[in-house]
Amino acid sequence: MEKTDLQPAATGGVSGEAVHSHTHDHQAVPSDLALRVKSLESLLVEKGLVDRAALDALVDAYENKIGPRNGARVVARAWTDPAYKQRLLTDANSALAELGFAGQQGENMVVVENTPEVHNVVVCTLCSCYPWPVLGLPPVWYKSAPYRSRTVMDPRGVLNEFGTAIPQDVEVRVWDSTAELRYLVLPERPADTESLTEEELAALVTRDSLIGVAKLAPPTSEGRA
Amino acid sequence: MSGIEPYPTAESALIAALPRPPGDEDGPVFAEPWQAQAFALAVKLSEQGHFTWKQWAEALAAELAAAAARGEPDDGSHYYEHWLAALERLVTARGLTDPAALAARKHAWAEAYRHTPHGKPVELEAVHQPIP
Repeated sequence: MEKTDLQPAATGGVSGEAVHSHTHDHQAVPSDLALRVKSLESLLVEKGLVDRAALDALVDAYENKIGPRNGARVVARAWTDPAYKQRLLTDANSALAELGFAGQQGENMVVVENTPEVHNVVVCTLCSCYPWPVLGLPPVWYKSAPYRSRTVMDPRGVLNEFGTAIPQDVEVRVWDSTAELRYLVLPERPADTESLTEEELAALVTRDSLIGVAKLAPPTSEGRA
Repeated sequence: MSGIEPYPTAESALIAALPRPPGDEDGPVFAEPWQAQAFALAVKLSEQGHFTWKQWAEALAAELAAAAARGEPDDGSHYYEHWLAALERLVTARGLTDPAALAARKHAWAEAYRHTPHGKPVELEAVHQPIP
């Protein structure tokens, strides 16, 4: 059902080298534990004993709890430790491994930095490749055909729908994740956060900012947004 | 299509009744997607009346106790492995499926992954197609 939008995505007008082509080797077989869960789930869903949509809704509700915390820690470290940030931007795999976050299937990670001049946003046009060791489960919209196709064709329009208006003088770069190469956005550090600890900074970082569909707001007196 | 959903509190209360889940003040924390899927399966099967949450807690506690008796470290790092084992045990005990079906399905999924090109949804039918 998601195939119909693949071609528009693949031929979308994106400048420069931003969209990378997929290779067509076969998929990595999930871990034994993941296969057991998948088997149990598919059998029970087929028998009508449990509703797939209800399962998806529950997992979706938890998605923001799983991995973005890891990604948030990486970002907070990069904001507070310039040497770490440099390592993160030049060799993300090693820098992530320093904090204990390693790809489970051998995929390579690339971290792209948002600046006042450049805004980065990540998509997987062909499926839903996602750096789950640092971001957890992909949100439902990330897997949706409209996001996958339109982010490449009209990134500013999609970002607007997320409430993220990017000024015309800021370049928008779209990064197409693959099974082998997955992207993480390093968002800009919000203003008025000089006095915060690394832990407090991590609490400001949202999943959407790590995908690049949102910017981070300065902290409020209420605490976490 | 944006925004972060409010954290569900009903499930948080449920898991507060369980032995020692890895989590924080907001509820459970998962290290890998399969853990969240296993978690959701137990919650939804119970909600739909296939077992009570008390039965679930007892099944999970039994797995954790068995692991402790085997001398496994009691640090929560294998919590969801025990969760999955408890789930498999409980659904087969209640006749929702059986071990042979689970084993056959697991083999079929592994074959499907091996035969599906990247970018295509992995479906069980893929196993019947030749390797390109």
